[in-house]
Amino acid sequence: MTGNTLLSVEDVIVDLPTPRGNLRAVDRVDLTVGTGRTLGIVGESGCGKTMLSRAVLQLLPKKAKLSGRVMFDGQDLLQLPPEKLRKLRGRSLAVVFQDPMTSLNPVLTIGTQLIETLQEHLELDDATAKKRSVELLAAVGIPAPEQRLAQYPHQLSGGMRQRVAIAIALSCEPKLLIADEPTTALDVTIQAQILDLLAREQRRRHMAMIIITHDLGVVAGRTDEVAVMYAGRVVERAPTPALFKRMRMPYTEALLAALPKLDAAPHTPLPAISGRPPDPTRPLQGCSFSPRCRYAVARCQSEKPPLEAAETSAHQFACFHPIETHADANA
Amino acid sequence: MAFFVARRLFYLLPVLIAVSLLTFSIASLLPGDLAYTILGDQATPENVAALRADMGLDQPIWWRYLGWLGNVLQGDFGRSFRTGQTVLQAVAERLPVSIELMLLAQLGALGIGVPLAIICAARSGGPFDRFMTGSAFGMLSVPTFLSAILLIYLFAVELRWLPATGYIPFAEDPLANLRFLVLPALTLALAEWPTIMRVLRSDMIATLQEDYIALAKAKGLTPARILFVHALKPSSLTLVTITGINIGRLIGGAVIVETIFALPGIGRLLIGAILTRDLIILQGVVLLVGAGFVIMNFLVDMLYAVLDPRIRHGHA
Amino acid sequence: MATLELEVVEEAVTQPARKGRRFGMLFWAAIGWMTFVFAVAIFATVLPLPSPTDMDMLERRAPFSAEHWLGTDGLGRDELSRLIYGARISLVVGLCAPVIGLTIGGALGMLAGYFRGRFESMVVGSMDVLLAFPPLVLALAVTAYLGQSIFNLTCILGVLGIPAFMRVARAATLTLARREFVIAAQALGATHTRILLRELLPNVILPLFAFFLLGVAITIVVEGSLSFLGLGVPPPISSWGSMIGEGRESLDVAPRLAFLPAAAMFLTVLSFNLVGDTLRALTDPRQGAL
Repeated sequence: MTGNTLLSVEDVIVDLPTPRGNLRAVDRVDLTVGTGRTLGIVGESGCGKTMLSRAVLQLLPKKAKLSGRVMFDGQDLLQLPPEKLRKLRGRSLAVVFQDPMTSLNPVLTIGTQLIETLQEHLELDDATAKKRSVELLAAVGIPAPEQRLAQYPHQLSGGMRQRVAIAIALSCEPKLLIADEPTTALDVTIQAQILDLLAREQRRRHMAMIIITHDLGVVAGRTDEVAVMYAGRVVERAPTPALFKRMRMPYTEALLAALPKLDAAPHTPLPAISGRPPDPTRPLQGCSFSPRCRYAVARCQSEKPPLEAAETSAHQFACFHPIETHADANA
Repeated sequence: MAFFVARRLFYLLPVLIAVSLLTFSIASLLPGDLAYTILGDQATPENVAALRADMGLDQPIWWRYLGWLGNVLQGDFGRSFRTGQTVLQAVAERLPVSIELMLLAQLGALGIGVPLAIICAARSGGPFDRFMTGSAFGMLSVPTFLSAILLIYLFAVELRWLPATGYIPFAEDPLANLRFLVLPALTLALAEWPTIMRVLRSDMIATLQEDYIALAKAKGLTPARILFVHALKPSSLTLVTITGINIGRLIGGAVIVETIFALPGIGRLLIGAILTRDLIILQGVVLLVGAGFVIMNFLVDMLYAVLDPRIRHGHA
Repeated sequence: MATLELEVVEEAVTQPARKGRRFGMLFWAAIGWMTFVFAVAIFATVLPLPSPTDMDMLERRAPFSAEHWLGTDGLGRDELSRLIYGARISLVVGLCAPVIGLTIGGALGMLAGYFRGRFESMVVGSMDVLLAFPPLVLALAVTAYLGQSIFNLTCILGVLGIPAFMRVARAATLTLARREFVIAAQALGATHTRILLRELLPNVILPLFAFFLLGVAITIVVEGSLSFLGLGVPPPISSWGSMIGEGRESLDVAPRLAFLPAAAMFLTVLSFNLVGDTLRALTDPRQGAL
């Protein structure tokens, strides 16, 4: 890793009590993000990626139990008193949520929602805060920014609202931006624009970013490192180029295969990942992916593969039969 | 916004007409002839016939309705055949008392209910929340006249802090006026706050689960700003909706409370008219109360638009 | 997707606590009190009680004694006996009036929710007119014209309850009419009558019944208020409301004359509210859908 470590997640566990028993949403996850770097977290719905991001933000549901360490900029967020945590959020730790329809307050104007963040953290007077808000809206590509300040979220399109949400997140020049499925709720045509906007602002402001998505295509050209999550665990982790060159975990391969390809003939059926993710309240003894994995052998069902480094220390995966070894054996 | 107001206004008119029809028919179709009631012991067939002709009671009913409605629209609601006072005079004299009482009561109820709802929602599931939710539920089962009696017993009979009955106009002595109104207003407020608290609390709990509240937290806003600016306004919509129903209960409660505490308001005018069988006053008061209630509901609907910009811009 | 996952989890976390103790101690205490009040009211005539109307001018406002368990009132009548006979009035009015609302309002609501269209607008519109009057004022006005009697009182309070029952029935029917089993019945060629009676009624009756219990509580309160004002049941019959009204005159010398019927009324209203609210929470279609 180059540069200093900005965020390090160490041995984080998130448990949610449910009527059917304890649900382990995040299971012993370790991750790091360097200053100015980009990390992609990829996985299906329910794999725990959103819970992990909420754990970093300390926005878990009340009943959730969290353990481990979340070191951000030299401080353990779990030990931080609420007032210090509040000063950190929005200032150096910002977030963009999935659905801009629900993440902006419907009864407050765009201007109020932008200015309140600026004034909370930066002690600006009204005129300066307003000027900064207009600049921010212009920077995220919103036409006629002055007029927008007096408008309500429902008067804007989905893509515009997500730009507003991004402007709010960027407003105090955060060190880390967490984008939780920032394009999932948007039209396909808007998705690339929003992703490019995020990437551009990230480079310009030298901030670190975590992009959470279920779409490997989103992280492909836009991240430095990728972590693939399955059933609450990180199952493969590698620098982005290395991962796409040689993916080792069968799950990652299945995820990639499930992406539509531009060069495929029309009406080619997409290979879906067969089966369903395991019931998180009934953890499996062995590898969680083994019931759906076509390479699984007896050992996969009885023993959990640890996350281990392979040929380079940067590329880690949790699999007894990583893809190439398997292919070698067949050859 | 203009469209919203126009649509509501369009709806208001038929309801007002229906209210006048209902009021009129209660007075005219139900058994018991007005002429007999007025004449009482002196009712002889000749007397009755003469009075009926004099009052136009021998005309067909729809004709009488139109005539009555025409008078009402010109501001003539009739004249009490007991005191000689016109309905409008009688109402105008007593309306300020009732309005002051209901305003104080509503302020009191909001003053108790809203802060409790916010505290309970912020700490939902905690001991304070459970205690207050239970108390509110219990209070819903205490009829207005019961809490009136309890308050009179406690503050007027036992402690002797406040007068049990009586009234002094505000213009004469504002402080004495308030002293006389404390117990009646508190009685009404005690009946109203549980509804306010329960509705606002449950809406607020739902709002606090919203994404935009999570974002507000992630923006590092203070808990007070999140509760009062981000959560309170979107949570108050149902509260506004039920305000209409609440006003109806408040008016009903005011009738009881005015009678118990001997306040010269509309409620006592109504009860007095019933007890003395002063049917003209009764009819006029019922019509005015009904119409006033409908118009207040209309204004409440308008308040909705102020609170929710989506309705204001025609996205309802 | 990701947010949905979060909501489902939250819901799952909050749900069980309610389901787990859905019939708590309070619920059974309320049922117990209701049973007790019903029992003494029904068997009032066979219980060894002095007559509630026998006056004993020598024993006015007598304290608790072996002869008069709860003492006597301002006219020397036995307080316990009056309480029990008063319960009969409160319960008769309190139960009969909501039955009227339940039957008429329930039928109108189901028909409106099932057939929709102009009929629905008509029903909803006419209910709005009925709701345009503060209920207590309308009840007072109508009693004034009709004259005071238990029958009149019951009818008026019953009619006043129609809009609320109509709303509950209509809302339940609207949600149910879109469900598969109704559509299936329609596809099989079942008549409207059959669908309404066989498919919809059994499902609508539960929320209506829960609301009925709340209606009983409200009716007891309104009847009490009217009687308290001296405009409910005509004397010499006494209901709890008129007893509280009489007891109010002697608050300074014998506050129990007001507080005993007040306590009886509060406990009864609270019981109906508690049981009704518990059942409503169980049958609420919104919660059932989750």
